[in-house]
Amino acid sequence: MTRTNLMLCASLAAFGFAASAANADKLTLYCSAEEEWCQAMARGFEDATGIDVNMTRKSSGETFAQLRAEASNPKGDIWWGGTGDPHLQAAEAGLSQEYISPMRDQLHPWAIAQAESAGNRTIGIYSGALGYGYNNDLLAANNLPEPACWKDLLKPEYKGHVQMANPNSSGTAYTTLASMVQLFGEDEGFEFMKGLHANINQYTKSGSAPIKAAGRGETTIGIVFMHDAVAQAVAGFPVTVVAPCEGTGYEIGSMSIIEGARNLEEAQKFYDWALTAEAQNLSLEVNSFQVMSNVNAQASDKAPDMSKINLIDYDFVKYGSSDERKRLLQKWDEEVSVLPQ
Amino acid sequence: MRDAASTKTTHPVLTFWVLAGWVGFCLLPWYGVEDGFFGFSWLLEGYPLDEDFAPAAFLLAQGEKLWLAPLALPLLAPLAVLRLRKSEPAYATVLMLSGAVGFSYLVAQGFGIGIRGFTFDWLTALFGDFDDRQYGMGYGALLVASAFLFLLTQGIAARGAINGDVFVVSAIGGVIVVVATFVFFPIAKMLLAAFVTEEGSYSMAVFASKFFSNRLWGLGCFQGARCGVAWNSLILAILVGVITTALGLVFALVVTRSGFRYKRALRALTVLPIITPPFVIGLALILLFGLSGSVTVFVADVFGIQPSRWLYGLPGVLIAQVLAFTPIAFLVLIGVVEGVSPSMEEAAQTLRANKWQVFVTVSLPLMRPGLANAFLLGFIESMADFGNPLVLGGNFNVLSTEIFFAIVGAQYDQGRAAVLAMVLLAFTLSAFYAQRAWLGKKSYTTVTGKGDAGVHPLMPKRLSIPVLSIAALWGGFTVVIYVMIFYGSLVELWGVNDTLTFKHYVTAFAVRLEEGGIRWIGSAWDSFWTTIYIAAAAAPLTAIVGLVTAYLLTRQTFAGKNAFEFGTMLSFAIPGTVIGVSYILAFNVPPIEITGTGIILVVSFIFRNMPVGVRAGIASMSQLDKSLDESSLTLGANSWQTFRRVILPLLKPAILAALVYSFVRAMTAISAVIFLVSAEYDMATSYIIGRVENNDYGLAIAYSTTLIFVMLAAIGLLQLLVGRTQIGRRTQFTSGS
Repeated sequence: MTRTNLMLCASLAAFGFAASAANADKLTLYCSAEEEWCQAMARGFEDATGIDVNMTRKSSGETFAQLRAEASNPKGDIWWGGTGDPHLQAAEAGLSQEYISPMRDQLHPWAIAQAESAGNRTIGIYSGALGYGYNNDLLAANNLPEPACWKDLLKPEYKGHVQMANPNSSGTAYTTLASMVQLFGEDEGFEFMKGLHANINQYTKSGSAPIKAAGRGETTIGIVFMHDAVAQAVAGFPVTVVAPCEGTGYEIGSMSIIEGARNLEEAQKFYDWALTAEAQNLSLEVNSFQVMSNVNAQASDKAPDMSKINLIDYDFVKYGSSDERKRLLQKWDEEVSVLPQ
Repeated sequence: MRDAASTKTTHPVLTFWVLAGWVGFCLLPWYGVEDGFFGFSWLLEGYPLDEDFAPAAFLLAQGEKLWLAPLALPLLAPLAVLRLRKSEPAYATVLMLSGAVGFSYLVAQGFGIGIRGFTFDWLTALFGDFDDRQYGMGYGALLVASAFLFLLTQGIAARGAINGDVFVVSAIGGVIVVVATFVFFPIAKMLLAAFVTEEGSYSMAVFASKFFSNRLWGLGCFQGARCGVAWNSLILAILVGVITTALGLVFALVVTRSGFRYKRALRALTVLPIITPPFVIGLALILLFGLSGSVTVFVADVFGIQPSRWLYGLPGVLIAQVLAFTPIAFLVLIGVVEGVSPSMEEAAQTLRANKWQVFVTVSLPLMRPGLANAFLLGFIESMADFGNPLVLGGNFNVLSTEIFFAIVGAQYDQGRAAVLAMVLLAFTLSAFYAQRAWLGKKSYTTVTGKGDAGVHPLMPKRLSIPVLSIAALWGGFTVVIYVMIFYGSLVELWGVNDTLTFKHYVTAFAVRLEEGGIRWIGSAWDSFWTTIYIAAAAAPLTAIVGLVTAYLLTRQTFAGKNAFEFGTMLSFAIPGTVIGVSYILAFNVPPIEITGTGIILVVSFIFRNMPVGVRAGIASMSQLDKSLDESSLTLGANSWQTFRRVILPLLKPAILAALVYSFVRAMTAISAVIFLVSAEYDMATSYIIGRVENNDYGLAIAYSTTLIFVMLAAIGLLQLLVGRTQIGRRTQFTSGS
């Protein structure tokens, strides 16, 4: 019996340990960038300040859903990374709070514009242009021409070769939808999505999954943000990155302090720290090729050169709003997703 | 002895619970402390006056939360009967009344007043607007609630229920309350969510529109489009159930009825998939049979077949699930196939039936309970499986993944998740009842007390050849998959760069030595330790709850025992996804507010895995003769002492089974966990899912491989700790009966 007792004690102790929380300064970070980058940010902040960071990585859509679920009783402090739209929606819904960082004078104008369009409830931390990537080996094996424009993807020979995320679950895919609507006009944009639908082999749940599948050779073409495609190429996968000839939309990865944050002071410290050039240079260590918002941050030579990409004038306020988003997604659901493939 | 007890006028147990109630009311923080259940910083931060940490009595003294005041009354009442004899009617009446009234009032105020004042509109209508609010209950409330519950059960015992046995009545009361709180309440809450409109009112139309949706029941797959998720899930589950049962039977026959020599190796092979974290098998399949998988490329090169994405969808999910769940069917069937008495088969042979006839008309029908159970398990596991459809599903959506994306996806539709969960629950419960109906009331007993010498006949030739070849093929396939998994954790980038490396293990589990100790810098450490703690905490609790329940079911008779048994077994038929959703809905708001804590994970594991503890306990306990209990009771022990000193030590195999199962499950479960993890309590499986989504197969597989070895070690350790029961039960104890 003593052994049983011993075991009971041990397990109770384990239980106690599991449920106890550190009493030191802490910060609960919701992170919507790539896992490695999230880890680097969390550990980097711990090293810089000694504040314990509890980090959960979830896609921006999932995090936004979680913020809404926890609205009456927020559990997170700060939300870092992920495409800007859900951050704007969160600001619109009052789920994030206003903060003006002393670091602002070091930022690119687009980062501050993002903040101003949301009443200073969010701020830009990086930006990246939409595009696609293809697997060189598979393209050659299937004797397919090299695509260079959005409309190339509609050609029948690419049937079953294109992958993109589901706009209902992924911010990347919603940016694609909104970009097409802005690039071609709403009617033609939806015609484009319908044509694309015929060639799609799978709508993935997560935004960067298509280019990962392409890297691994599980699909030929993946529609993603170009920096994600670059990351796959750098990781050693046979991927070529395409900046579509018609021009393209882009995202502004953002950061927001959650309304009702339990560790507000720590959240603000993180906010300021995350806007410094040192913190933003961490992106290079984890192979993230976005353009960072601090003007002094280093740029990777592998990153897509934003000045050479034909960027549309993306209307973040309109297409980031909940109503417009809901309308477009519903239209996509009803008119595109139900078509036979 | 009992008579003597009832004339005593000191009641240590009663005194204890009355005291506990007062401690909970006057000394412990009434509401949940934000730092977690085991964080004690509140002792230094303004306790006992600060509103966040104040005990109920201090709150009342400051004029706060006045609705708690009536609770003092049922706490006072038992003081009056402390000096009465148990046999006096007033003793029982006062205890029952104060327990029942106190408990109901506590529950009612908890549900009635939430974060935004009154929770129900009719309360506002009745009492007007209410500008105070309360958060989730904490230590104080928990202790007071337990005190009320056990006052009530002592009152009932004093009335003479179950021979006035306080331990048994309290155990029944305790199990009923925890099962009601952690199984029935969340399920009910989830079912209700299906009827809630966006504005928060209830409506049948909302339910109907979600339930009869084309996405759920559409039959488009007959016209080239896609079928509804309900059909997808059903078809998949039936296929998986049938195939795993057939394969399980094949392996069971190989082990029991063939000259096969390497039975131990086969046993080991069947344990592996059970301790394999989700996704791993799916990943290995992609790396073998995906568009650029090794086998696909090889076949394309040799036979010139155009590679395709056939794996993504029903075929891939089916193969992965069959690989994962066949061992479960095997474990169910091996007992049954062994249990078929050879004497029956011999009798048939004596009556000049040939081997084939014996097998088809005697052996197979006697295996029906095993076949039905194996099918049911395969069916339910497939319905609840989350990892494989996520990795391999492609555009083939099933209920479990749809539920997940209804909750966490950008559409965030709890109502839809609830409707989907209801459909899922309906399927599994129907399967449960279909199984019972099929088995009917026939007797399948072949193991009797009589001597049962004899050996099982070998399989007939026309059966043994296909059986052995299928077993060899599938066994070989499983081995290949596991070799691939291990290899995959050791290569740089599978398929692109096959250099051998320990890189993935280093990324996940690196440590750095600093002054002041080790710093765990590997990215997997956080989730790894959390998983170990949670699994270590859940396993013994699961075993305790399960064995106490089993004790009550086998050793005691009481009114409503059947309903009690159904309630404790219900969570077995409920898929993990449904548990996850319902826990989120039920425990994210007061009175029980435990989402985002480690406790919710532990609790979900306890009630997911409890039925196994119950079953193992029942099986072992029915082997122990009742005269053991009786002699212990005659010698003056009470039923608690009997349970602890006589029955428990004889239950080591059951304890071990419950411990191992719940530990392993806590480490490999994903379907419920994925909803319940939080920043602070991230579990290994949800970390792995993140890596998989990030294309980091190497790390995911390395982590999973590590977990497999950790589980093997843990199982060994548990075996050592619990020890083996070396008591020859039959020779020493029951020879006299």
